[in-house]
Amino acid sequence: MEAQCLPAALALVAGGGAGLSPEKRAALGLSLPLLQRDYRFERVWFWGCIQGVRGAYYIAEGFGPDRAAHRRRLYSFNCLDWSLLTPATREMVARTELLTGRFQGDPSFEYNFAEINPEAAELLFDRGKEPVMKEEARLIATIELIDRAVGIVPRGAFVKTPLGSVRENRHFEGLSLVEAKKLRSYFHFTEPVNLKNKTLLEKADLDPSTDFLDSLEHDIPQGSWSVQLEKGGAVVVLRSLLWLGLTFYHVPMTKQYGYIYFGTGEKNLDLPFML
Amino acid sequence: HGPYQPHEPGYGLDQPEYSPYEDDIPDPKTRMLAIHNAKAYLLKTSTTSGQNLYDHLANVLTKILDEQPTNTVDIIENISKDVKCARFQKKMDTLRDEYEILPTFEAAEKCKTLFIKENEENAVIEEEIGQTPLPNVMQTAFYFEQAGIGLSKDESYYIFLALKNLVSVQPIQTCRFWGKILGLERNYIIAEVQLREGEEEEEAEVTEEEGKGMDEVEEDEEKVKEDEPPKSTYKPPPEIPKEENGTGANKYVYFVCNEPGKPWVKLPPVTPAQIVCARKIKKFFTGRLEAPVVSFPPFPGNEANYLRAQIARISAGTHISPTGFYQFPEEEEEEEGGGDAYEENPEFEPPPVAEMVESLSTWAHHVKSILKQGRCVWINPQKLEEKDEEEEDEEEEEKSEEMDEQQEETGPPLLTLLSEDEGIKDIPAWTAQASTNLIPEHSVAILQSNRWPGAYAFASGRTFENIYFGWGHKYGPENHNPTLPPPVQAEYPSGPGNTETRDPTLEEELAFKAAKEALAAEEEEEEEEEEAEDD
Repeated sequence: MEAQCLPAALALVAGGGAGLSPEKRAALGLSLPLLQRDYRFERVWFWGCIQGVRGAYYIAEGFGPDRAAHRRRLYSFNCLDWSLLTPATREMVARTELLTGRFQGDPSFEYNFAEINPEAAELLFDRGKEPVMKEEARLIATIELIDRAVGIVPRGAFVKTPLGSVRENRHFEGLSLVEAKKLRSYFHFTEPVNLKNKTLLEKADLDPSTDFLDSLEHDIPQGSWSVQLEKGGAVVVLRSLLWLGLTFYHVPMTKQYGYIYFGTGEKNLDLPFML
Repeated sequence: HGPYQPHEPGYGLDQPEYSPYEDDIPDPKTRMLAIHNAKAYLLKTSTTSGQNLYDHLANVLTKILDEQPTNTVDIIENISKDVKCARFQKKMDTLRDEYEILPTFEAAEKCKTLFIKENEENAVIEEEIGQTPLPNVMQTAFYFEQAGIGLSKDESYYIFLALKNLVSVQPIQTCRFWGKILGLERNYIIAEVQLREGEEEEEAEVTEEEGKGMDEVEEDEEKVKEDEPPKSTYKPPPEIPKEENGTGANKYVYFVCNEPGKPWVKLPPVTPAQIVCARKIKKFFTGRLEAPVVSFPPFPGNEANYLRAQIARISAGTHISPTGFYQFPEEEEEEEGGGDAYEENPEFEPPPVAEMVESLSTWAHHVKSILKQGRCVWINPQKLEEKDEEEEDEEEEEKSEEMDEQQEETGPPLLTLLSEDEGIKDIPAWTAQASTNLIPEHSVAILQSNRWPGAYAFASGRTFENIYFGWGHKYGPENHNPTLPPPVQAEYPSGPGNTETRDPTLEEELAFKAAKEALAAEEEEEEEEEEAEDD
């Protein structure tokens, strides 16, 4: 969520019981603007917190002029000193999907594939690479996976300019209460996958400036989002059931929205059994 | 030949590559379609004022061309506003929009009732009692907030008021905010309560009377039936009785509501069968208490029972207190309860926060853990069978010698230290942290459970508290493996009289027939011989 709306937004996502202590909030209020200055970001988002067994990682994302371009991610232990993370590679992401279990809380901890997944270890060995993975790489890949799978924004909040760059829509006034209850009104804020598979009839109704992303309607498995209206509709809260801990909030008819992740960084693979 | 104007053919615009619109849409057909679409969009009537952009622009341009003011481009906005004002429009629509009552307002209305103070009579009574069972939710919320755990202040206050309502309506001895469990459609807010003695017994009697009524009806029906099919010899294992209200897993009574402001609903007591089944399934809560729980093994009950079973498991696994805060009473009575009771230790001296964070032996469980059977106190199911035999006095039943002797199950005793909690693989069962490293004098010790993610506990001096915020499931490093259905049952016992064999093939049948004929032929010969002899 936007760094500037952090205080108000944290009160709206606190329905899940997870939040930040006053100390961390105060620290974030100082360090995020400094981040913006140092890295020349146009926007800074506080992404959330991944709980490890012995410590927690606090993650922030910074955007350049094109919001759809690659985001720079930073992590910190105390919300004051931030370290830049390298971009995620496909190999990192593929290896992370083989790992299970909690994060340890130490970025230099090495996961040994031989213990966890011996077949994968052999494969890697054959290719001449070491069957270990550092927790830092796992962190990078996990954040990338979460953003790709469940990072969402309301429809109309971002526009694609004719030059191809994506920016915030200054005329976005918020979703109405009726629209806010439907999954169709929310998009994944990542490269669209299903857009080209739509029929021509559907494509004719789309507005190319605002409908350039995948909506949540066709997410697999169906029902992997929990939509709740709190306080009778004053806030719409979407919680992801695939990555437990991701909470998205939006106040209908206003510009306030955002998502945040408070969790252990593990995918909920039991989801089909639990629905 | 002078300078050519754009509308003259010599300007060159009619050449195929020089038209100013060339780069847009070359094909005239699609261009016409685009123009139609654009015009249709411009002709769309606005819902608020009933005008459309096309007409408005036409009017503005007409006015400009009529009046021809200077510096038109600088005052174009004012001109547009003037045209709009000048256009007198009567609201032709006799229907008026009904003021939309959003559900937001209804919810706000309901929450407002929480704030209504009761009449003065009750207020006087409360003062006499002195200690109210109402917990100080805001104080607990403050301590948990130091660790970043908890709901927003508004929601905590609503819950505070809702608990106050609960305390005034029900006869409650002690009350505690247990936590919040998230669901798909709605969430649950849970209060842990101990009712005053005497209130619970009435409910137990009511259910017993209802049970007796049912039995009589069933007996009448049985007498009417004739020619019953053969009764199966299957005897289900005896149902393990649930623990009495007030002991073991049913020590506390739980009330739930979906949102503060909605009425509190009491959850039924939990039975061992429900706990055993809850251990095998993993389902999300929907938020409706009467929703069925569709699972395998089939859960005996609906979502209210499943919720109650999960609450019992979470309480048994994660309710902790500083070691020494509770102690066993000094009288040593050997009851079946076996150390179920504990009382506060008046001489408890809280260790410093740093020590509480470093070593887990400064914490202890104060809720009895649940055995595999589903109860806190083990009951021998064989003894249950014998009781049933004496009451019923029916046909001889086989003795339970064939059943394996069930060993008595024991669990860790009450008030075990946390350092004896097993971890999962290499993850410790609890993660301890101090709330702040910058100001150690005022920090609070926080414990997070790794086995039940969402369970937290804090301690600061003599105050401590447990709470749960989460989805209500245990953490499993392995994926959830649902129980497979059992193998197909045999229809009949296979013995010498009725074993299944293959059908005889054609050769076998022919051989059998030939053998039979040979036998018959031999017998005829023998008879003929006998007849011959007789003669």
